Amino acid sequence: MTTETHVHHPNYVKIWAILVALLIVSVVGSFSSIRVVILVAAFGVAFVKAFLVAKNFMHVTVEKRWVPYLLLVMLAFIVILFAGVAPDVMSHGGLHWSNDAAKQSVETGMKAAPKHE
Amino acid sequence: MNMDCRAAPTTTGPRTFLIRPAEKPTTMSATAKPIANTRSATGIPTARLITWWVIASEIVIFGGLLSAYLMHRLGHPEWALSADHTNTWAGAFNTFVLLTSSLAAVLAHKAADALDGPRAAKLLRLTVLGGFVFLMVKAFEWTTDIREGFVLSSGGFWSYYYVLTGLHGLHVLAGMVIMLIIAADAAKNQELQRVECIGLYWHFVDIVWIFLFPLLYIAR
Repeated sequence: MTTETHVHHPNYVKIWAILVALLIVSVVGSFSSIRVVILVAAFGVAFVKAFLVAKNFMHVTVEKRWVPYLLLVMLAFIVILFAGVAPDVMSHGGLHWSNDAAKQSVETGMKAAPKHE
Repeated sequence: MNMDCRAAPTTTGPRTFLIRPAEKPTTMSATAKPIANTRSATGIPTARLITWWVIASEIVIFGGLLSAYLMHRLGHPEWALSADHTNTWAGAFNTFVLLTSSLAAVLAHKAADALDGPRAAKLLRLTVLGGFVFLMVKAFEWTTDIREGFVLSSGGFWSYYYVLTGLHGLHVLAGMVIMLIIAADAAKNQELQRVECIGLYWHFVDIVWIFLFPLLYIAR
């Protein structure tokens, strides 16, 4: 156990510069009029940034293997939560039910849209 | 239970097995250090193990909130109009500040690995400064939003906005306080293994913000 080697410290400033560059990409992308570009710039870049921080700053990839497994299990719980609840929350009506309050909220909110244009 | 402290790290864990001659571990009874610093039953120093479990529980806390926000947001297109009022530039600046503070935190870890406690302490205090700037910008944002009439009860989007950014802000504040305590010890070359632990927590808080930024400031 005591023979394990010293953790490798990468060039952190270089990684920070990449992260800042990605931040600029996400901000610039947010001004696009193309919805796909906005979503990729926002969320695609966010996942890349999170991966870079976890890999290089938190050293997850060189930690004992069960640590990333533990974190992935927690993320899986969130996916299960989302998959179980989202269908009822995202849709405002089904075969035998209707969420009138949500429908009214959307209707009222969308009517106010032109005022913000 | 394995209590053999000769196999335990004194600094930053199995990956960074640096044992200073002056602190050569002996047995539990011969040391006054807490068990978290002297035991490594899982192959990971207990202090770092605890930190990972804290982060795991935080994933569920923030993950639950973020997924709840996401599913509501997808069901309420009108929330995009509310999101239009958030200040993208302030959010981007705060992202920059947190990324930079994370750099300082990881450089503090590197300094602790090199057994340079005073430098680690300086870098930790620099990280705290980043957290302070972050909270000041957040306070400015909240003040502006409230003055414009967007309060916690103004609608679903604003409820999530204040809860998510408020909870995240509390985590930043907690990290700053703990970091100052650790920096005080690190400056005296004591308990350097804690520098990595608080760094892990801080990077996680950074990652949470990395996702909050597009969700609350960019997606419209």
